[in-house]
This record gives sequence, structure tokens and C-alpha cells, in this order.
Amino acid sequence: MKKGVMRPGHVQIRVLDIEEAVKHYTDLMGLIETDRDEQGRVYLKAWTEVDKFSVVLVEADEPGCDFMGFKVVDEAALVQLEKDLVAYGLDVEQIPEGELKDCGRRVRFTVPSGHAFELYADKLYTGKWGVTEVNPEAWPRGLSGMKAVRFDHCLFYGPELAAVYDIFVNVLGFHLAEQVLDPEGTRIAQFLTVSMKEHDIAFIHHEEKGKFHHASFYLETWEDVLRAADLISMTDTSIDIGPTRHGLTHGKTIYFFDPSGNRNEVFCGGDYTYPDHKPVTWQAEQLGKAIFYHDRQLNERFLTVLT
Amino acid sequence: MAVFHVINRTTGDRFRCDEGQSVLKAMELVGKKCVPVGCRGGGCGFCKIRVVEGEFRCGKMSKAHCPPEALDKGEVLACRIYPRTDLMIECMPQPAAPLAEQTKTKP
Repeated sequence: MKKGVMRPGHVQIRVLDIEEAVKHYTDLMGLIETDRDEQGRVYLKAWTEVDKFSVVLVEADEPGCDFMGFKVVDEAALVQLEKDLVAYGLDVEQIPEGELKDCGRRVRFTVPSGHAFELYADKLYTGKWGVTEVNPEAWPRGLSGMKAVRFDHCLFYGPELAAVYDIFVNVLGFHLAEQVLDPEGTRIAQFLTVSMKEHDIAFIHHEEKGKFHHASFYLETWEDVLRAADLISMTDTSIDIGPTRHGLTHGKTIYFFDPSGNRNEVFCGGDYTYPDHKPVTWQAEQLGKAIFYHDRQLNERFLTVLT
Repeated sequence: MAVFHVINRTTGDRFRCDEGQSVLKAMELVGKKCVPVGCRGGGCGFCKIRVVEGEFRCGKMSKAHCPPEALDKGEVLACRIYPRTDLMIECMPQPAAPLAEQTKTKP
């Protein structure tokens, strides 16, 4: 957080059918619909999040991710980060206040992997859903499905990981928590954080630019991950893999798809990091174990099925 | 409920598909693997096939993988087509991803 980038704030996901998608993200995953706008976008949040929304669904011809936004500590940090991005040589686009409902101005830029990111300082503070601010109960009743706790991170696939690393670490102040190195020492996966979490964002090398691998949501326990798996079966939702454990981050996980083919993850656990920690390194020769710690082999779908 | 048959002429596989069931789902249910399975949601393009003969209904599919010109040639995603008659299908080669410049640096 040394440059003022605080945490993942939102992700805008393109879907083929908005109502099918809303049902998936609310009934199955347990997000809460908080608003809709004139463009037909639907705003959602997980119950522990304090701001109004973290997931924005938009109907489109082609699924995928439009952008991911990070919240910064204040306007002064936003101004400085914007200057730093421009000085680095990136084109910066101004998105005015209110373009996303109840969100302050956003600064958007596209990194060489082909992915668009945004920084913003303000969003309407609505507090945790269903619990009071003073003397709060442990959790709210009335949550659906998997009862996702928070939007946690995204994994993107694209080229130019070295340049992306440079921007995230040297301009935005992220810290490299985990990496995968090939035998020549080239980084083919990078897990970056501004917090104690093993990743607030991750990238895996892929030739095609701008691909979306998954948006991930946090659950508290392994029992919750198993219960998520049960719900995936009960609803005949398209499963990818799991429940299993990752070698990278050691998180316990299950992957599945939304009705438009965007991959979702719910996970629990995982290691922690501090800025003085050296990055955890996995060798590319051990990639199977790095990604699926129990199977110890990759399924082709994990590497190639993207939106 | 009508039952249709799907024949994959590339692999010789034949399987039943109930009315209202997608071709990919029907294939998975009988344990066949003659079409690659991806997201099952019309998004990733992994299960693209060509329908050579027969009538079907289409669900929503990503325009990136099934633009109108592909649809005209019967190129569709198996997870998003629902037969109205028996179908003859064939496999499509997986398109190679367009290459992007990669700068390699040491960590």
C-alpha cells in the first residue's frame, strides 16, 4: 500500500444474459444486488464489504472482464498515482464521477497485457450488509447460496508480464507475493498484493492479450468450500475443478463458471505475506502441483478456457 | 419428449440427445469426449463444432467465437445448440491464439 493503492474495489464483468447472470451471482454465490443503472448494468456486493458495490454486471455480445478497479486511500494519492502513470508513459482516461453510480471519478489505464484497470478514491459507504455498525452480530441472516464474504481478486491471462510487473510494483506500489519461473528464469506467473493477502491480482503468461481467467470470492472455511461444491451440483452449474488446494498461495478452492462462461472461484485459507517477505517461487516444471496441489497435473481447461 | 441422435462424423461417435438438452451436455452425460468441454456457457469457444446436417435451436453465444458469418456456415458452440432433428456434426480445429510480442526479463 506504499503508494496509496488500498485494495481491490470492483470488477465489471460482461455477460450474455443479464438476468441469468444476476441469478447466478445472487442466488448461487450469495452476492446482494444493490442497484441498477440506465445502461442496464447491475451492481452487486458481498455482505462484509463496506462500499456500495464490488461487482458490476453488464450485458454484452461477448463475455469477459471490462476492467478491474482498485480503491486508493484518498484524492491526493489518486492525483499522485495519475501523475506517476502518465510519467511512466501510459495513456490515462478520465471517467467522471457518477459514471458508475455512487462512485467518484476513476482513472483508467490499460497495461501491456491488454487489461484495463482503474483507480478511484471515493465510493458510497453503505456499511456491511445486514449487520449494524455498533455491536454487530457475527453474520447476517438471509444470505443466499455460498454466502460469499468478499470479492477478493482476479486472475488475468496475457503477454508482457515483465512490463505489467513494472507498472504494478514500481508505479502502483504492489508487492510480489508469489511467482512461477521457467527454467530460464522468466516469470510466467505473478501474484501481486497491496495487502497481507497472497494476491490482490494475479497474471499468468498467455499469448493472447486481455483474457479473463477468473474473479474470486472469499469464503471462511473449507466446510464452506465443500458446501459451495454441493450447491454447484444442486444447481447443475458448470464446474471447472475442485474442491482442491492450490500449491500457489496454498488456498483451498473450487472453480466453476457463470452462465456466460466467465470463470468464478470461491476459496478459503491461503498464506499471508508482509512487504519484507521474499516472493514464494514455484518452478514451471512443477506447474501442475503449483496450481492443483493434489492432482499434481494441469487440466488443459485451466490454461486455455478463458473469456 | 423427442429424442434425437447426434453423430460426430470426425470421430464416428454417436450419442442420444433429448429435446431441450444441449449437444455438449448430452455428450458429457454418456461419457463421450469427442468435443472439447470448456465453460459450457457459450463464452470460451472451446466446444466449437460444425453442424453438417440437421436443424437446431441456438442459445446465446459469444460473438467473439460465433460471429454471424460463422453461424451461416453452421459453426456453433456445442454447449449452446439444442437439436430439433438428428444432427451430423464435425470437429473444428482449435484456432491458435494470435501471437503477441513478449518481452522477457529476469526476475
